[in-house]
Amino acid sequence: MTKPFIMLVDDEESFVEPMKKRLDKRGYRILAAYSGEEALTQLANHRNLDVVILDVKMPGMDGIEALQAIKKQYPLIEVIMLTGHATVESAIEGMKQGAFDYLMKPCEMEVLTAKVEEAAGKKYAHEEKIEKARIEKVMSTRGV
Amino acid sequence: MAKQKGDRRHYYRLLKRKMIFTVIIVSFTPMVLVIAILLHQFSASYHEKTQAHLTELVQKHKQNIDSFLRERLSTIEFLASSQKFSELKDNDFLYDILIELRRDYENVFVDLGLVDENGIQRAYAGPYELKAADYHKAEWFKKAISEPHFISDVFSGLRGFPHFIVATRIEHNGGFWLMRATVNFNAFNSLVQNFRVGQTGFAFILNREGAFQASPKKDIDPCSGCYSFFWEAVEKTQNNILITRWTTDSGEESLYAVGSLKNGEWLLIVKQSVADAFSDLRRMSNIALLIFLLGGGGIIGMAFVTSKQMVRRIRRADEETEMMNKQIIETGKMASLGELAAGIAHEINNPVAIMVEEAGWVEDLLEDEEFQESENLKEFKRALKQINTQGQRCKEITHKLLSFARKTDTTLKDVQVNQLIQEIVGLSEQMARYNKVAIKTGLHPDLPYITISPSEMQQVLLNLINNAMDVMGKSGGTIKIITKLSRLEKDHIVIIVEDDGPGIPESNLDRIFEPFFTTKPVGRGTGLGLSICYGIIQKMGGKIDVHSIVGEGTRFRIWLPVQK
Repeated sequence: MTKPFIMLVDDEESFVEPMKKRLDKRGYRILAAYSGEEALTQLANHRNLDVVILDVKMPGMDGIEALQAIKKQYPLIEVIMLTGHATVESAIEGMKQGAFDYLMKPCEMEVLTAKVEEAAGKKYAHEEKIEKARIEKVMSTRGV
Repeated sequence: MAKQKGDRRHYYRLLKRKMIFTVIIVSFTPMVLVIAILLHQFSASYHEKTQAHLTELVQKHKQNIDSFLRERLSTIEFLASSQKFSELKDNDFLYDILIELRRDYENVFVDLGLVDENGIQRAYAGPYELKAADYHKAEWFKKAISEPHFISDVFSGLRGFPHFIVATRIEHNGGFWLMRATVNFNAFNSLVQNFRVGQTGFAFILNREGAFQASPKKDIDPCSGCYSFFWEAVEKTQNNILITRWTTDSGEESLYAVGSLKNGEWLLIVKQSVADAFSDLRRMSNIALLIFLLGGGGIIGMAFVTSKQMVRRIRRADEETEMMNKQIIETGKMASLGELAAGIAHEINNPVAIMVEEAGWVEDLLEDEEFQESENLKEFKRALKQINTQGQRCKEITHKLLSFARKTDTTLKDVQVNQLIQEIVGLSEQMARYNKVAIKTGLHPDLPYITISPSEMQQVLLNLINNAMDVMGKSGGTIKIITKLSRLEKDHIVIIVEDDGPGIPESNLDRIFEPFFTTKPVGRGTGLGLSICYGIIQKMGGKIDVHSIVGEGTRFRIWLPVQK
């Protein structure tokens, strides 16, 4: 089974870089974006993204706004909120807005990858359902 | 501190003294003034009144005595002028008249006599054999024959007991005769003796020689020099009445009222001891003194008692204010510490996250084959693991710091505290069993719902329970959780968490709610747990305190308000 395609969004480059390398090493396809706006641009170019890991606290477009934009344009893509402790409230708010889950910084790689797999799994299941529905629709039209 | 306490005590003592002093001055001044003024006025008017009274008495008596003498004289004058001279020489006729006079004047007249100019009594009517008595050598006769009428001083004369003579001169055939009458001394004396003023006041009459003309009923204190002074002084007065004080030879101060009688030949003297004359005044003074003493005693007593109470009250108020200030400062300190802590935590969290991430990356890299041969691989791994562990520890600290300032879930709900406690006890039971700790609960069955954040309350209780379990160590023990309605604070519930662990030394008790204060070994505790509890309870509008006895255990009490 192929590893999920992930995008990491955080304004802090020093945090993104090692994280990106680590995920990369674990065989994930990974993109990095350093702001909400950049994340949206990247998404436009990579429609096959599975999971977005999104920092809540960013200058400019913050995590919640980015989340709303992502969910609006790409409802299937799962988003995991990443937060420092002080922004737990906004993470919760994010979950209400449709985020898959939230994680607290610093988080252990195993926890992160597990969450990512889970989110991707959800997405695949969802896609499968949609696929199945579409096939059924095609089948039914053929049957007519 | 001790010095400050001493200063404080000194200040209160000074305050008390000032208050007492003020009260006494303020109360005493008007009292003394009123009493003094009243007494002075009363005394002045009383003196005036006494003097006026005496003056009037003397005046009246003077008139009485003068008129008594004048009447006797005019009786004789009338007798001498109305009867024929030849008849006056007749003893029998004189007897008739004497009897008539005695009837009319109540035995005032003792005898009657007619004396020629040579002093020989020619006619006589009376109880004595005095016909042909020779008076030409008698003092009174010499004076009487040279004046138209005459009243003698009191003297014993031929008969050997006191009497005085009233005489009038008659001209007959170119020669002088004297019609004389002896006046009963007792009748006259009783006039004076009946005179009484107060307890000790009495009267007497003196002539110029200082002989009694009317004697007092009792012996009088001699006063040397006073009579000659009276003689001089009385003549200078307007109405011939003198009121004066004189100390008698025996040392008694007496009040003298002196009036002249009989055209200045006699003195009517009324003597009364000052003590008696002004006894009312003295009684009044005594009453005033008594009132002053009682009132003064009362005032002083009250001044002491009220000042003491007042100062005690002020002191208590001061202490309360001080305590309140302390609490306010404490709360402020906690709040600013909280903010500081939150700031630090937030700033530190990201770098720590990066460090952990980088370490993780290095760890990942070590998995590569080329490093597997490295002889220090084990050390690398150990060091990285350590970095990771310490990173997690930092994370724990910052998370706790952040929750100290900002609560995880502050959503308010109506909470039944008993239920909350039971949940937490359930959560802690596993751990408690492991630590050989028994958790007992004593929950008030009718505890009202309170509106708080349940997760915050959970945090507080878990913290207290965990602390208790920590201090009891491996030996185990009992934790009691009790809820009840507060009797001290109205509309409050109390949660008591009690252990029978080693207790907290008194020196630490004051500090246990301070952030970063911990007695646990380095690395085992952050020192934030209780300060977070403190912050949470404060925010809920409640209050937390601690009592501990070393060797017996520790009791935390939490008061929480019940919203209406």
